[in-house]
Amino acid sequence: MAVASSHLVYITPRMRSRHFALFLSVTPLTKMAAARPPFCGRRLPLTRPRSKMALASVLRSELPEFNKSLIKFNKIFPEDSEAIPEIVRDPPGPPRVLAAPPWGVEAAPEGPGFQMLHGTTTLAFKSPAGVTVAVDSRATAGSYIASQSVLKVLPINARILGTMAGGAADCSFWQRLVARQCRVQELRNKEPVSVAAASKLLANLVYQYKGMGLSLGTMVCGWDKRGPALYYVDSEGQRVAGRAFAVGSGSSYAYGVLDRGLAGAAATAEAACALARRAIYQAARRDAYSGGRVRVFHVGPQGWREESADDVAALQERYGE
Amino acid sequence: MTVALNVIFLCLDHDKMFKMSEKILLLCVGEPGDTVQFAEYIQKNVQLYKMRNGYELSPTAAANFTRRNLADYLRSRTPYHVNLLLAGYDDHEGPALYYMDYLAALAKAPFAAHGYGAFLTLSILDRYYKPGITREEAVELLKKCLEELQKRFILNLTSFNARFIDKEGIHEVDNIPLTKVES
Repeated sequence: MAVASSHLVYITPRMRSRHFALFLSVTPLTKMAAARPPFCGRRLPLTRPRSKMALASVLRSELPEFNKSLIKFNKIFPEDSEAIPEIVRDPPGPPRVLAAPPWGVEAAPEGPGFQMLHGTTTLAFKSPAGVTVAVDSRATAGSYIASQSVLKVLPINARILGTMAGGAADCSFWQRLVARQCRVQELRNKEPVSVAAASKLLANLVYQYKGMGLSLGTMVCGWDKRGPALYYVDSEGQRVAGRAFAVGSGSSYAYGVLDRGLAGAAATAEAACALARRAIYQAARRDAYSGGRVRVFHVGPQGWREESADDVAALQERYGE
Repeated sequence: MTVALNVIFLCLDHDKMFKMSEKILLLCVGEPGDTVQFAEYIQKNVQLYKMRNGYELSPTAAANFTRRNLADYLRSRTPYHVNLLLAGYDDHEGPALYYMDYLAALAKAPFAAHGYGAFLTLSILDRYYKPGITREEAVELLKKCLEELQKRFILNLTSFNARFIDKEGIHEVDNIPLTKVES
């Protein structure tokens, strides 16, 4: 909520769903009356900002069908939403289903009905050569391996990568949204977006949904004008910069190999990629929920590039158990 | 300066002190996300006050402003679960330390601590603190606290940072044990 006192105007800090407001706008009542639809009988106070959910404010213009369900969603918080006109409702018929259920696969008995990628190992670390990112590619539903070829690295732009751990949908959706925001910012400022800004955008977006069940543990890695940069962002609201992170169920195994290898030099890109590959491999060997292929990416001053994608079984031949 | 996730150190050089103004620091711990969001909000508002009025908020005013915000949000649906120490130097009143917790309690104190470490260090501070303590004695007292943590605290906290605020501003304190580790 935004409060205007006599000499100080506070910008609302709390980016939670109901109280989200980008700017405090003190609009005269007459102007607001003109902007309101005629059937809205609710009087809005003088200094009330238009509160919107982050999602709604970004997506409102594109899909009019989606707007209807968003307006319905706003009804859950009636005291903040403007009065909803009655003519707007879902068309009659069966509820729309976006994806058919998979054949012959039983979902895990408890927990969410969608894929959660806590069972994963992703890591990233900075070296003078750039930022090296490595991920496995296994997705599990309970004790069933749903896929061995999931792509857990999401490009935000040509110089910034994001990794995926937690809910697959959450990660891919929110990072795509952040990619959109970054592009808009680049167009407005005529300057490449910094990794700190991209990670802060993501952290602020997911903070609004804190406690509502988002599951996201991502590393935003890139090269900007300050050099290599690495941030860990998660759905709890944590955002921290660092030299090396590993995320997922296999992260502790990866940390072991990574930290001991970083103590020596990982000065060149090849050495860094080799260390990353070995760390994911060792984590995949010990953690049942990690495996598949080990993909290694490297972000340099010119942008990111996929260095290798090796099957864990092939790496076992190479490293010898 | 450590940030832990579950049983792993996530980061070993994370600064939990937020600079409110030239002579005020806010130390903010608690729920991840809430800490940074709340501290940055207070920080920006303190800076806004300076821009609007031409002079900085005093530590007392900043502490009361912070507490007011904590109290307002306490009974909303989105309270901030943060514990704070606000330290500052007022040119007229001298140094001031304010202890605040997530229930929006505010107390001015000569020394304070939050967290499990408080159980070990408050008694040391009680025993050795005296009102006219000098800077060197204060650094020695801080060292005693850190050594005790190293000896008896079950968590291996490997890196700390320390700052000193006086009428010239905020300074780093370097000669403490367990000084910050490159992560």
